[in-house]
Amino acid sequence: MSVTVARVEPSIAGVGDYIELMKPRVMSLVVFTALVGLVRAPVPMHPVMAFTALLCIAVGAGAAGALNMWYDADIDARMARTAGRPIPRGRIMPGEAAGFGFTLAVFSVVSLGLLVNVLAAALLAFTIFFYVAIYTVWLKRSTPQNIVIGGAAGALPPVIGWAAATGSVAIEPLVLFLIVFLWTPPHFWALSLYRADDYARAGVPMLPVVAGATETRRQILRYTLVLAPVGVTPWLLGYAGSLYGIAAALAGGAMVALAIRVRGETRGHTASKQMFGFSILYLFLLFAMLLVDRMAGGLFAPLWSHFPTGA
Amino acid sequence: MSERNTEPKPEPGIRLTEQQQRARRARSIAIAISLGVLAVLFYIVTLVKGPGVLERPL
Repeated sequence: MSVTVARVEPSIAGVGDYIELMKPRVMSLVVFTALVGLVRAPVPMHPVMAFTALLCIAVGAGAAGALNMWYDADIDARMARTAGRPIPRGRIMPGEAAGFGFTLAVFSVVSLGLLVNVLAAALLAFTIFFYVAIYTVWLKRSTPQNIVIGGAAGALPPVIGWAAATGSVAIEPLVLFLIVFLWTPPHFWALSLYRADDYARAGVPMLPVVAGATETRRQILRYTLVLAPVGVTPWLLGYAGSLYGIAAALAGGAMVALAIRVRGETRGHTASKQMFGFSILYLFLLFAMLLVDRMAGGLFAPLWSHFPTGA
Repeated sequence: MSERNTEPKPEPGIRLTEQQQRARRARSIAIAISLGVLAVLFYIVTLVKGPGVLERPL
């Protein structure tokens, strides 16, 4: 019996290609939201432990990104936005990306479990599993609700950060989860409105491809109308001070105004592009304000402190 | 009597190009640094935790 072995050229992939495989921009957002979850926790964390937790979360996010690029290499090659990624460009072989992703996933989860705590590690493992198996492998190619449900993976980092600090989960990190979760659909649908041809060519059933632009615009507005008040919730529940509440209300109002413009846009994608760009700023602003609020240490009192207690 | 061929035979196996060698070296250095960082991290965390390093709370 003869065995034919395919000749594979030795890799020319550089360190930069592997860093690109980890989706550094997504990683930075994950690290930032996890940092906020960690800092908001009522238990102070030793700086070394905080750094360790964030490093593990960052590497775990990178692992998920690498595994996503491995599985989606065929889709990426057909889309202009992603055709330049390391695998479609031929810099990294799919098997190399898979090995890299699995190795990082195991190292990040095990390290977080051994060095910080088991709950945070379990949540990180679940996040990677959800992003890769549920979103990438299953939902992305099968339903226009892909990014709605898949958004849970991107929303978990603040919960992991909180769990790393406290060893438990509470309402406050779940509110942060809800903010990111509700933010994801309008953010990605705004992008998909002006990338619909790309998604259609790749066979990805994004909402504009399946249900059309008008329905997508309507859904963007609906989700934004829910997101804006939820964004203010940390203030309403007394977790954050007035400064956060005002900033979240103003930014939420701007999001709704943009969503209304997107809804009314009949020609071109100017409003969609503005919505996509501003949505990133919106999420950053909200989480940055939560960070500032914690650093300020009660300088900006929660909502109920403005009312007389009757004492 | 025929003369023996003195030309060196090409070594069997894959021969890396200059670019492939450079890339492999860069990757090897990156892996070494990553493992070094991991070892140092475990060491420092052990120092920070002290005796508590054996406690495994959820």
